[in-house]
Amino acid sequence: MTDLFDYTLRLGDDALIAAQRMAEWIAAAPQLEEDVALGNIGLDQLGQARTLLQYAGSMDGRTEDDLAYFREEREFRNLQLCELPNGDFAHAMARLLYFATYQHLLYDELRTGTDETLAGVAGKAVKEVAYHVDHATQWVIRLGDGTEESHRRMQAGLDALWPYTAEMFESDELVRRLPVAVDPAGLRDEWERRVLAVIDESTCSRPESSYQHKGGRSGRHTEHMGYLLAELQHVARSHPGATW
Amino acid sequence: MVTDAAILDAVGEVADPEVPVLTIADLGVLRGVRHEGDEVVVTITPTYSGCPAMDLIRHEVELTLQSLHVDGRVETVLSPAWTTDWMSEAGKAKLTEYGIAPPTGRRAVGGPVMLSLTLRCPLCGSPDTSELSRFGSTSCKSLWRCNSCREPFDHFKAI
Repeated sequence: MTDLFDYTLRLGDDALIAAQRMAEWIAAAPQLEEDVALGNIGLDQLGQARTLLQYAGSMDGRTEDDLAYFREEREFRNLQLCELPNGDFAHAMARLLYFATYQHLLYDELRTGTDETLAGVAGKAVKEVAYHVDHATQWVIRLGDGTEESHRRMQAGLDALWPYTAEMFESDELVRRLPVAVDPAGLRDEWERRVLAVIDESTCSRPESSYQHKGGRSGRHTEHMGYLLAELQHVARSHPGATW
Repeated sequence: MVTDAAILDAVGEVADPEVPVLTIADLGVLRGVRHEGDEVVVTITPTYSGCPAMDLIRHEVELTLQSLHVDGRVETVLSPAWTTDWMSEAGKAKLTEYGIAPPTGRRAVGGPVMLSLTLRCPLCGSPDTSELSRFGSTSCKSLWRCNSCREPFDHFKAI
């Protein structure tokens, strides 16, 4: 398969798996407005995933549905950060802060790139993701600088997910070889600056970790990924070719 | 022979299924018409990547082309990315009348934290309003409350 296919799959799988986790919040969020907000954010991510998977599929004769529903776990190229279970609401906001800030920087660079489709997706998505970053920022600050309990939970969420953040900035042969790809290593400093500024304002302490989980980009996932895919894929696989 | 202007006028009347007072011409979702051989290609652009109204809009445009006896298809383009700046003044007026505060024209882009902008209540006109949630009933709207007339209202947010 071509480099461009592999790279597009990374972007599309991140968005798809993030959207699946976001959708799990609908009717389970702590307040009605949050059900709506997280549903909207998930819909943005799903829209990005659809366009990206359509594009990837167009390179080898598959559809977006083929790629979403009929690939095995090891064929998915998403970050482990995206597939981890939701945890509590503070946990979800910590993940959204980490992931949306990364996506924002990535899309912002990609939208001026030479691949017309990727630039088009990125140009749209960067404006949507700006709202996701903003939403996460407001909640991290409100919870971190809130009650003793909300502070404790916000800190726990930030700490638990921190070891999954280095994977976002992992450079490899593919991104160095493919001219249209953004080498994510170059995004790290600005990501840290933005995320740590929010964490500082939230009165939480900066997370630290010596161990960093990696492997999603080469198809090695956490034990949670199989369960996520079972839920995502079981209807399409039980009734192949079904339409309505 | 149907002229391009006539095609644009006709398909421009297709209504947004989420906000039926607005047409796709008002929204700026309708981007243009061009010819490829004998075929007419109408281009539209989604407001948001995940906008669920796009399939229906595409279908309605196709039906309109059929009713004009025009052999054509609909193409979705992503670039340049849709912005609320493309919404017509007539569209904004229709939105206010419908009870939705129109986009203010000050786009929220750039840095990680954006400002909340004060809006005028579309129901009573009071500027004393507050934002309840940046995400509303559809991707393109946020949820607000008027502190004067106490009514909640939607705002078509700038993007």
